Amino acid sequence: MHIQHREQERHVLAITVDNESGILAKIAGLFTARGYNIDSLTVADISENHNVSRITIVTHGPPAVIDQIHAQLERLVPVHKVSDLTELGPHVERELALVKVAGKGDNRVEALRLADVYRAKVVDSTTESFIFEITGAPEKIDSFVALMRELGLVEVGRTGIVGMMRGVNGA
Amino acid sequence: MTERSGADILMDTLVEQGVEVVFGYPGGAVLPIYDALFKDNRIRHILVRHEAGAAHAAEGYARSTGKPGVVLVTSGPGATNAVTGIADAFMDSIPMVVLTGQVATAMIGTDAFQEADTIGITRHCTKHNYLVKDPADLAATINEAFKIATTGRPGPVVIDIPKDVQVASAPATQSEPRSRFNPPTTGAPEAIVEAVAMLAAAKAPVLYTGGGVINSGPEASELLRELQDLCGAPLTSTLMGLGAFPAQNKAWLGMLGMHGTYEANMAMNRSDLVVAIGARFDDRVTGRIEDFAPNAKKIHIDIDRSSINKTVQVDLPIIGDCTLVLRQMIDEWKSTGASAQNLAEWYARIDGWRARNSLAYPQSEEEIMPQLAIERLFELTRQYDPIITTEVGQHQMWAAQHFHFFSPNKWLTSGGLGTMGYGLPAAIGAQLGNPDALVIDVAGEASIQMNIQELGTASQYRLPVKIFILNNEYMGMVRQWQELTYESRYSNSYSDSLPDFVKLAEAYGWKGIVIDNLDDLDAGITAMIEHDGPVIVDCRVAKLANCLPMFRSGASHTDMILYGDEAPAAITVTAEQKASV
Repeated sequence: MHIQHREQERHVLAITVDNESGILAKIAGLFTARGYNIDSLTVADISENHNVSRITIVTHGPPAVIDQIHAQLERLVPVHKVSDLTELGPHVERELALVKVAGKGDNRVEALRLADVYRAKVVDSTTESFIFEITGAPEKIDSFVALMRELGLVEVGRTGIVGMMRGVNGA
Repeated sequence: MTERSGADILMDTLVEQGVEVVFGYPGGAVLPIYDALFKDNRIRHILVRHEAGAAHAAEGYARSTGKPGVVLVTSGPGATNAVTGIADAFMDSIPMVVLTGQVATAMIGTDAFQEADTIGITRHCTKHNYLVKDPADLAATINEAFKIATTGRPGPVVIDIPKDVQVASAPATQSEPRSRFNPPTTGAPEAIVEAVAMLAAAKAPVLYTGGGVINSGPEASELLRELQDLCGAPLTSTLMGLGAFPAQNKAWLGMLGMHGTYEANMAMNRSDLVVAIGARFDDRVTGRIEDFAPNAKKIHIDIDRSSINKTVQVDLPIIGDCTLVLRQMIDEWKSTGASAQNLAEWYARIDGWRARNSLAYPQSEEEIMPQLAIERLFELTRQYDPIITTEVGQHQMWAAQHFHFFSPNKWLTSGGLGTMGYGLPAAIGAQLGNPDALVIDVAGEASIQMNIQELGTASQYRLPVKIFILNNEYMGMVRQWQELTYESRYSNSYSDSLPDFVKLAEAYGWKGIVIDNLDDLDAGITAMIEHDGPVIVDCRVAKLANCLPMFRSGASHTDMILYGDEAPAAITVTAEQKASV
């Protein structure tokens, strides 16, 4: 017998939670315990009194599993709301990356030129290196990082995605 | 302003919550709470012999009374020993609040003596858990914990309390109560309308009910009977749902699933409408998902939205409490003047399946067949309306098949987690909650040894629980699977070096009875009932009896092995079947 694999869909979930200790472990652990996938996860508090955090999780799985993930998350007591942005419709996804590139001569000039094309900002520089700050959709960051790989990429740090519905209403 | 210690706040809050009994075991990190208990006679503490026993006793108490069970254990091993019972309560949706001691706040994370990450360990087997760092938060936390444990889909909640928080004091006025947990209660009205229309239109409906009906309270069982009476549909229950519907009713199909009756599984399979009420389409119920009730529309009533479409896709989900949804459906049925289809033909087909007599078993002149022992136990105890607990294995399934239940909260068994060692402590908890009831743990000789130390607890508190052991000298269900799937290679399933159960009973101040031939069966059971005190009955039954009917794990629910079929060993077993649990 062989293990069967099933069709996968990518979904972006925005989750508001009570900002209490252990909540991140609870959510991350729910994913591992039930065999769900986390492609990226970001979290930061979003309320004036630091009571509420927003967690954005990018996951993938068969549609029925995505629905289960949604339901299982809602079952956790500190979870206020789960919004499946992919399900809800048009939304914006953005990510920030810091990209360090080292090199001299033509490579250095080319890196700077491409950074300009991608609207990446230089946030640190030596005579032999740059750190670029780039924001955008994940694909844009992927393609920028791919280009930098040929020009002396040293390291990359990415935040993971935050997402929000387009239009006047909240999710 | 007056101040109280954390331990005193804890006691007062438990009393305010109506807690009468706490099951526990002391230790270093809960000494301040035990000292508060010592001075306080409002709460009765039951000293168990092992923390697993405390958790299962709390489950038995909860399941038989409808009230939440409360557990008090120390840090480290106290908490980890309780984990099996917590996980069991989580799987079977049993309301429970577990108070665990923890090392002092400043010691957390230093690998202190008897330190364990209780919050981390119990995170995924509790409905919620807390580490309380300030006694001022204790009352609000405990109050919220009870609300979470008892409302919505019930379950266990752990409150981990460091020792310094038990000692430190806080003002008598407490932090604001929280009200963030508000599960749904009534079903969506349009869904109720649709459900009733579907039920009235069905030509071959089945009501499939589970533990949710029991958890929802006795009224849900009353309403279930009323709805069944209105719509006339035949009814089957899961292992956890037994007792919600009276077994003598002609609509009763018996339990469904792996060891359910042939008629229950066939009726599910051939039905045109399945109404699942507080049941969760467990794999032991469905068998192979692709073959499960393929032509039936499915309505799923459940308070937990995550149960919907988890394993079986349904046509109409209704999220709400069973009691309220059943009442909504009854009201809708009556107000629209709905009437059921003529189900005579459907019942005739069911009678055809019933005629297979799927609970039949081989008769013996010499040995006591375990099924017969359960039948006699049922007949001879029936007039006492007993509470039955079980361990896990063949004896559990035989009890589910051959003991019959007529009202809820009388049948306590570990369904989801399948925990051997559940039955004795659960019987102790049930006896405490129902002092006048006849409480019997139907056990196997292997399972009973898993929490055998709790004999002492029953002795100490003069609890007249009865243990009825079906002793076949095997972990019978393991042996049966080995016979059916592994060509009778009985790897480690023989119960060697068994204790003399009679001497063991006597050592603990219990009465011990051996039943080892057919002629003594009734007399032994009667002696057990009549003894005013705890009794172990060592009932020696046929060693190699199989629990039938059954469908194999991963097989279709119609593909049942019945007594009288060809020798099971001749059936080919595939790798897929070996891989299914």
